[in-house]
Amino acid sequence: MDWITTVDHKKIGILYLMSGFLFFLFGGIEAILIRVQLAVPENDFLSGEIYNQIVTMHGTTMIFLAVMPAIFGLMNAIVPLQIGARDVAFPFMNAVSFWMFFFGGVLLNCSWFLGGAPAAGWTAYAPLSDIYEGLGMDFYVLGLQIAGAGTLMGGINFLVTIVNMRAPGLTWMRLPMFTWSIFITSVLILFAFPALTIGLFLLFFDRLFGGNFFDPSAGGNPIIWEHIFWIFGHPEVYILILPAFGILSDVISQHSRKRIFGYTSMVLALVLIGFLAFMVWAHHMFTVGLGPVANSVFAIMTMAIAIPTGVKIFNWLFTLWGGQIRFTTANLFALGFIPTFVMGGTTGVMLAVVTADFQFHDSYFVVAHFHYVIVGGLVFGLFAGIYHWWPKIFGRFLNETIGKWNFWLFFIGFHLTFFPQHFLGLMGMPRRNFTYPAELGWGDMNFISSIGAAFMGVATILFTWNIVVTSIKGEKAKGDAWYGDGRTLEWSISSPAPEYNFAQTPLVKEFDAFWAEKRNGNDRVTPAEPLGEIHMPNNSIIPIIMSFGAFIAGFGFIFSAENKSSLFVAAFGLAIMFGSMLVHSLYDDHGHHLIPDELKQKESKRKGAEA
Amino acid sequence: MKLISRFGRFAPLVLAFLLILSGCNTNSSALNPVGKNAKMQADLMLLSLGIMLLVILAVMVIFFYVIIRFRKRKDDDSIPEQVEGNTKLEIIWTVIPIILIIIIAIPTVYQVFVLADDRPSASEIDKENAIRIKVTAHQYWWQFEYPDLGIQTATDLYVPTGKKVYVELTSKDVIHSFWVPTLFGKQDANPGLVNRMWFEVPKEGVYLGQCAELCGASHALMDFSVVALSPDKFEAWKKEMKKGADEPKTAEAKQGRKIFKQQCLRCHAIGKNGGNVGPNLAAYGERTMISGILEYNKKNLKNWILNAPKYKADILMPSFSDGSGAKLTEQQADALAEYLMQQKTGIELPQQ
Repeated sequence: MDWITTVDHKKIGILYLMSGFLFFLFGGIEAILIRVQLAVPENDFLSGEIYNQIVTMHGTTMIFLAVMPAIFGLMNAIVPLQIGARDVAFPFMNAVSFWMFFFGGVLLNCSWFLGGAPAAGWTAYAPLSDIYEGLGMDFYVLGLQIAGAGTLMGGINFLVTIVNMRAPGLTWMRLPMFTWSIFITSVLILFAFPALTIGLFLLFFDRLFGGNFFDPSAGGNPIIWEHIFWIFGHPEVYILILPAFGILSDVISQHSRKRIFGYTSMVLALVLIGFLAFMVWAHHMFTVGLGPVANSVFAIMTMAIAIPTGVKIFNWLFTLWGGQIRFTTANLFALGFIPTFVMGGTTGVMLAVVTADFQFHDSYFVVAHFHYVIVGGLVFGLFAGIYHWWPKIFGRFLNETIGKWNFWLFFIGFHLTFFPQHFLGLMGMPRRNFTYPAELGWGDMNFISSIGAAFMGVATILFTWNIVVTSIKGEKAKGDAWYGDGRTLEWSISSPAPEYNFAQTPLVKEFDAFWAEKRNGNDRVTPAEPLGEIHMPNNSIIPIIMSFGAFIAGFGFIFSAENKSSLFVAAFGLAIMFGSMLVHSLYDDHGHHLIPDELKQKESKRKGAEA
Repeated sequence: MKLISRFGRFAPLVLAFLLILSGCNTNSSALNPVGKNAKMQADLMLLSLGIMLLVILAVMVIFFYVIIRFRKRKDDDSIPEQVEGNTKLEIIWTVIPIILIIIIAIPTVYQVFVLADDRPSASEIDKENAIRIKVTAHQYWWQFEYPDLGIQTATDLYVPTGKKVYVELTSKDVIHSFWVPTLFGKQDANPGLVNRMWFEVPKEGVYLGQCAELCGASHALMDFSVVALSPDKFEAWKKEMKKGADEPKTAEAKQGRKIFKQQCLRCHAIGKNGGNVGPNLAAYGERTMISGILEYNKKNLKNWILNAPKYKADILMPSFSDGSGAKLTEQQADALAEYLMQQKTGIELPQQ
């Protein structure tokens, strides 16, 4: 019961991580099915229609329902601790964000059992998505709309949190890199997600109420969808990768016992990448026929992103330089990230070469490229972050031996899967093809690729095993879990953090506050206030009810194309949603207070447990 | 020694890389460019690849040096110096990428404009050395019209060698993408809009093309061929094509023509007469493949006629064996196939 009513950012973080991982398994099974189908030429394991559904759901699930919530999980669990806050700015809204995402994801996946999943690709290009595909596309539109609303609220929440709730003395240029990356990511969410929302609304009107935005036979223009989608979609990939950059900076710095090299340029690079993210969407559309001027401008803007990204890579290398590098699983994933991401980044520059892109575009070269940045970059980063912060979140370590198996299998499997795909693309294999003829010689490399996918599958099973084993009898973690090398505020409190995070708000005097205090011989960060009453928000059942209302409304709208009376179901769902909003607005919940005596008891109990 | 052995690990990778590159010489490979556009594109691909390999090499060298040299030793528990940064170094690794990118960007922009030569109308092109073609994509086949010649083909696009081919590209239904890797890169076929591009084929041959934008259940089966003929042969082909349907030569083919007139004309034309919902079947006897996917022989053609949706899901052509369309017997389908296979221009086709 506590889990469905919680407004505690740490618990919501865990909910995000768990449901993200669940969807990651779904997306992973879809990936395995794809690789089984493509393992040999002219395979008839899956039909074209089913294959398109699986490809579409693999992309959509991985992006929106697996890696996004994993990022949200880590940012919920860690950012408030890194900035010395007791919670996020809007704890209630935080819970709404989670449940909206969760029900949106469930709604999307319900399509499998109700007439087939969407099959127009995760990019849902009109008019295929608009007038040619069936009910599955309605699930896509409404599932993403609901999940996207949650994401947008979450982004706003973290913007406000990071702007307003930093501990005294924690100035912008003392902010840990992970928090910086989440701040920039939240800005990107704020500006990018409304574009998706609007695009989905237009598609929604086209499909359900006979609008003609994207239908060329009725005067609409399908290219508009491509623009809207990529105006969202390109920043989206930076929404994904920037947190990985942040995780990497923190992990590499802590596990090599070095201060991050070139902090100022690292922050500037983040800001610059975030800005450029909005200037390059048309590089997904070089073959659409936008004309030479537009293509040239977008090519140059795209290449420019390589500059701040290169700065980050070299700064990481020089953070490691002269340090004492420990090969923990977290750091292995972080180190595996660097060469892998550089390969993904360099193929990115190659893709920006417009005329060469005419050859690369929509071929397996692109598939290889974006898996190098999203899996080799983001997923490696997420694994690094999860192994790194696991003891802080759960109070227990993940097993390092299994962890190292997990890393090596995943790393080798990853390169085995995606490295050959570069060549498949150059050899002319288009993406999203459910079959290919034997004569073209694509069989061998596809087979290697499928073997690699099996490796990654085993690695994921090991990771699951690791979670299960260590949750039963894992090694308990101290507050400063990793060899006492913690640098940022989250390591200065016990693991897992108490519900109120900091009994006394810390006073930050310089960058890497906890590390600096330890160097000055203190075992804790100087508090900024005496021990006093702490105001805590109350749990609430309303967020889950509100989101469930949206879920029901989604179903109502989806089936309204077939049966108008299901609009009543939609109205009922909306009534639940707005009704619970009304209840929340009218009923004042002042929360509760923890009094100093209680706090003292709890704190000394924790100290005792740790010693 | 340890360092060398670490690098040694990459030797097989480099070898594999070279092997794979040499194995890329198939008829559909962008690394085996034949056409002028594909050659230009391959040049830029190699230039950017070369520069990027340098970048990767530089990062790898520093990376492996760092993780070997600075790994934590058991007995060493000292605190490393907490370096804040180094302005000189940071300027170096900002400026060098800028230079590299300028080196890539200049030829890129130049080539974008060269390839964007899109003369729109008949009056603007040099008819001696150029030809206009209108390409219309359908779920899941390609229609080719020659507006200045008054002829039409489908699935096989005939072009003269050495001449500039100007293409007007559009789509009848969803977005498709027009791609022949050995001749030219992709250009999207958008419904309701027209895209223009050009290409040139220097030597005779049959070049494989395919749709490169997800367009539905049979997207992977939307293949076509570009058949390049010498200008003389092309002239002869053109004349033959203008003549229209050939007379059937056998009794079976005569029966086939009768069935064709009753059943097929609504959607298919041979030459000028007939519907244009489905592919134009002029000179069907010289198709390189059946619907771009099946080997060209009578048995396959018969099966295709009887049961097209079995081979390409979600196409407009109904099945003629299960009664969803008019029903044809095996014998009737054989006759139809015979009739279609007799439609020939008699031009000698280049080898695949």
